[in-house]
Amino acid sequence: MYCLFFNTKMIIRSFSIYLDVCRIWGEQGQAALEKASVCLLNCGPTGSEALKNLVLGGVGSITVVDGSKVQVGDLGNNFMVDELSVGQSKAKCVCSFLQVLNDAVKAKFVEEYPDALIETNPSFFSQFTLIIGTQLVEDLMVKLDRICREANVMLICARSYGLTGFVRISVKEHTVIESKPDHFLDDLRLNSPWPELKSFAETIDLNTTDPVVHKHTPYVIILVKTTEEWVKNHNGSLPSSREEKREFKDLIKARMIAADEDNYKEAMEASFKVCAPRGISSNLKQIISDSCAEVDSNSSDFWVMVAALQEFISNEGGGEAPLEGSIPDMTSSTELYVSLQKIYQTKAEADFNVIHQRTRDILKKIGRDPDSIPKATMKSFCKNARKLRVCRYRSMEDEFNSPSQSELQKYLTDEDYSSCDSTAAGFYILLRAVDRFAANYNSFPGQYDGGMDEDISRLKTMAISLLNDVGCNGTGLTEDLINEICRYGAAELHTVAAFIGGIASQEVIKLITRQFVPMSGTFIFDGINHKSQLLSL
Amino acid sequence: MVSIEPSRSRDLDKLLLRPGNIVAPTFEAGAQLREDIKEYVRILVVGAGGLGCELLKDLALSGFRNLEVIDMDRIEVTNLNRQFLFRHEDVGNPKADVAAKRVMERVSGVDIIPHFCRIEDKPLDFYNDFNIIVLGLDSIEARSYINSVACGFLEYDADDNPRQETIKPMVDGGTEGFKGHARVIVPGVTPCFECTIWLFPPQVKFPLCTLAETPRTAAHCIEYAHLIKWNEVHSGKAFDPDNPDHMQWVYSEAVKRAELFGIPGVTYSLTQGVVKNIIPAIASTNAIISAACALETLKMVSGCSKTLSNYLTYNGVEGLHTKVTEFVKDKDCLVCGPGVLLELDTSITLKKFIDLLEDHPKLLIAKASITYRGKNLYMQAPPVLEEMTRSNLDITLFELMDKIPEDTIHATGLAGKGETKQSSLRKLRVVFKGLDGVTDVDMAGGA
Ligand SMILES: [Zn+2]
Repeated sequence: MYCLFFNTKMIIRSFSIYLDVCRIWGEQGQAALEKASVCLLNCGPTGSEALKNLVLGGVGSITVVDGSKVQVGDLGNNFMVDELSVGQSKAKCVCSFLQVLNDAVKAKFVEEYPDALIETNPSFFSQFTLIIGTQLVEDLMVKLDRICREANVMLICARSYGLTGFVRISVKEHTVIESKPDHFLDDLRLNSPWPELKSFAETIDLNTTDPVVHKHTPYVIILVKTTEEWVKNHNGSLPSSREEKREFKDLIKARMIAADEDNYKEAMEASFKVCAPRGISSNLKQIISDSCAEVDSNSSDFWVMVAALQEFISNEGGGEAPLEGSIPDMTSSTELYVSLQKIYQTKAEADFNVIHQRTRDILKKIGRDPDSIPKATMKSFCKNARKLRVCRYRSMEDEFNSPSQSELQKYLTDEDYSSCDSTAAGFYILLRAVDRFAANYNSFPGQYDGGMDEDISRLKTMAISLLNDVGCNGTGLTEDLINEICRYGAAELHTVAAFIGGIASQEVIKLITRQFVPMSGTFIFDGINHKSQLLSL
Repeated sequence: MVSIEPSRSRDLDKLLLRPGNIVAPTFEAGAQLREDIKEYVRILVVGAGGLGCELLKDLALSGFRNLEVIDMDRIEVTNLNRQFLFRHEDVGNPKADVAAKRVMERVSGVDIIPHFCRIEDKPLDFYNDFNIIVLGLDSIEARSYINSVACGFLEYDADDNPRQETIKPMVDGGTEGFKGHARVIVPGVTPCFECTIWLFPPQVKFPLCTLAETPRTAAHCIEYAHLIKWNEVHSGKAFDPDNPDHMQWVYSEAVKRAELFGIPGVTYSLTQGVVKNIIPAIASTNAIISAACALETLKMVSGCSKTLSNYLTYNGVEGLHTKVTEFVKDKDCLVCGPGVLLELDTSITLKKFIDLLEDHPKLLIAKASITYRGKNLYMQAPPVLEEMTRSNLDITLFELMDKIPEDTIHATGLAGKGETKQSSLRKLRVVFKGLDGVTDVDMAGGA
């Protein structure tokens, strides 16, 4: 009735995906970026491109470390050097280009080779928030990783090598409150409404004869009431079989009194939400039972809050996490929608107050100031309690010395990739083999023209001995792929570097803003057919 | 160690000058290939925004020398955080001009011709001049238009196989936040943009009655101010999203409305985001996707490796996921298929023919302009061309097509129904009735 005046063909675009740029990581994320100090080791195209993206994003300060001078060959793959740079310090040239992009960034350069710093001046690295190590050989990565773990500095290594390459994060532990997953079930509690939601639902009559009221009843109410009725008639159980779920939908449909009732259509579409399992997810169970949740004075704020969350779940929460407190947009009268919003907000507020108090108590117990965790952080923690993430990374030394043999063998012989010319696991082995090659022969296989056949057979020997060392057999490692690696001759192609560097910078943003979920394992780029993979070794 | 003359293409040479086993069958490694790429390959980059800037840089550093770029926008302050070729002093200048200039400054030897105009403003011939068209766009409509133009060049032989020399490949990239895609389109061989249009679902829409009667979110209030209130108060005056006074007005009206209904969250930046349909983009995702597109362009041109088959998705929201999907062509696609068959009388005039296209249920092209073998038969615009071609309207199409009994012609215009009308190019297979040698015409697609 309301809509008669407005012709239905007058429709417009929804706002939901059109958000401002900074809405991606918000003001807090931006502030974290502006506070961060990032150090780049080696400023070839891979590193320069990674840093460029961070400078555009507004990272606070950068330090470029590279001891080399710009050569003519660099002009062909690095946008940040030009004709005038030839013969000059590469670090200096790259640094001044980046400074021009964003004058708010504090840009510095150190004309020194990273290996020299790693070997002789490890304390240099402790001043940074995060190190991006590019084009480093295995031995240097291992040493750098040890230094960074010791100093609690985040490390990300990236390498471009012909049409392949990798990105690897190394951080002892990275905890995320705002993981912002794309698809996550709303926290509506349709099958276990708390008393206030229940009594609010009771004030609404689904059998109203007023068509305007009927078509503006929000679907949350429709589902709460229909679920209650269903449970009453089914000995307390929710619809579970496909048949029952269809019956449940029919029950909603039967309540419609006109064909244009969008709220009922939404209720049917959302009916799967009533089957949401009660209690917490296995991911959250794992987090609250982590040994770090037994806190002491050294525990981070995150784990202190997890300890409070654990107490909440087993006490006030009755097995549930605190309520998120927001509801999705849905067809409704403004009045009902706003009232419903308030009911969810009030409950979330109440849950927050409990966790707040419990956190203060815990802080007191472990000898810390009970107000030392900002209220806003705790609010965000409660709102995102169901989405908490903990990422841990093996040290590079551990991985390189004893990669998970069963995993590696599985990747090497993966059925999905058996028809391909290239496999990520094959590249993984070969990228490690080229470093052994370089350690032995002082150059990478195929780096210089001539002697290709010899390099191929030497690399093959290296790769096979590496496979033996880690207890795998060579299936999945083809002659063609070994040839291919030698053909690349350690070339750093601009497009591959921009891809690898782009991924590295994206992961850096996630690590620094502590938002979204950084990648796990080692990302192996496959530029031949793009069957890139994350290997968990 | 062998000392060699320093080469600018030191790294690229390894890929182009050395033979390999995992390459395209057409790959001929050698210095000649590198020189041919420099000399003869012409690439058009569509869009000089976040993706376009990266693409120009990536292509210039992949051995290509002859690049052109087309973009109708001018640089805005908000572009500076992800479009690395632009500086503060460039604000207000055409993106295409500045992007071309900056890349030429840094990469010597590369030649980039900028085109500061709408993609629809260029004659079709313009697009036929390139070996590959690379798309760095944020709009479905623009993608769809370029796709229809590139597919428009495609001709089929008597057995309905695409003619190799008429294939105009495209490489297309798109991003949104931490997600993106890169794809290779070889018209007639792999699915075109239109074949897989379902990959781009229509935006979630809500009826105006929500805005007018039951607003629930901040965006509802903003759109009320923008779409309803503006017209009520400024009847006849068009809303200009680039005018700060207009934006401020919409913002303050939205705030009033939000207060009236007790809705939180209206901010100036949200107002801009909603009204201008800003798709959130970040530098790193643009860099990743552009790099993938440029790499595929190099591989397709040189054959130095396998080509992506045919759609790569990237998602960095939760961890990192990349996936390649091999989509299949829609054999009945109106855009990349052999074209809609029209059986006509030899007596039909060009004017009658244009009317017929408007009523044809599959075509629905209003105010079509018609070209035949690169010749303008009738152009709706610009006025000078309209005047020049107007006299053709009363001549029969048969005569205008040099009395060839069966051939392909192109129509451009606004296609579709109601709100969804958009600039399109359609390929039409015209067959004249009642002529010797033409029998058994398939009527399925006829008028
Ligand atoms: Zn198609």
